[in-house]
Amino acid sequence: MTQTRRHVLTLLGAAAMVPPAHATPGEVETLIRALTGASPLRDGLIRLELPVLVENGNTVSMRVSVANPPSPVDSIHVFADGNPLPHVAVFRFGPRAGVPAISTRIRLATSQTVTAIACLRDGTRWRDSVELLVTLAACIE
Amino acid sequence: MDRVLINVPKQVTRGVPFEIKILVSHPMESGQRRDQMGQAIPRDIINHFVAMLDGELVLEADFFPAISANPFLSFSAVAEKSGILTLAFTDDKGEVRTETAAVTVG
Repeated sequence: MTQTRRHVLTLLGAAAMVPPAHATPGEVETLIRALTGASPLRDGLIRLELPVLVENGNTVSMRVSVANPPSPVDSIHVFADGNPLPHVAVFRFGPRAGVPAISTRIRLATSQTVTAIACLRDGTRWRDSVELLVTLAACIE
Repeated sequence: MDRVLINVPKQVTRGVPFEIKILVSHPMESGQRRDQMGQAIPRDIINHFVAMLDGELVLEADFFPAISANPFLSFSAVAEKSGILTLAFTDDKGEVRTETAAVTVG
């Protein structure tokens, strides 16, 4: 069979339809639901600090904190819905932990929404999200 | 993991949270990149971190490739008495690097 121009174009079209190799907002939503279970997810209490405009996606300063939690913070989970993998980091606090606040530096592959979830000992779940623009993406090539 | 820098205050107050800062020199290779030959560069990151103060947990963290190269981490702890802060880093090869720092309650 000879390869006509039409054949080649059809193949190219099919290749373009392959799902992208990165996380999706739906995937992050599923992970968050698995984390919260039946308990309601509320906005507030936890604070996620990230620049809204990111110049270099390779190192983005991130700070997550929970101010005056009504019960001890068990863990903080951070998700990025536009990175190759939806997970960013999980932090679990022990009996010797001080203030529930973490600063670190993360990679962002593209403009996306980053979400932080705080799981408190009393069973409540809190969320904060930052939607940001990335001008220079973290190198994944 | 060539170098691990740990910053703990010289003296801390009993029951008052103090900040611990860590800077590790590590490429945190994400496993997403390819070399000039188009071969995937294997993932090599620090995937687990544990900080203990005299055997009691301060912070445990799971890291993913979204953590930048040469990871920086700042968190806080509370001490009731002077002791030893132990930090353990586990990488994808299963290698565990342990560092310690003294915490002095004044």
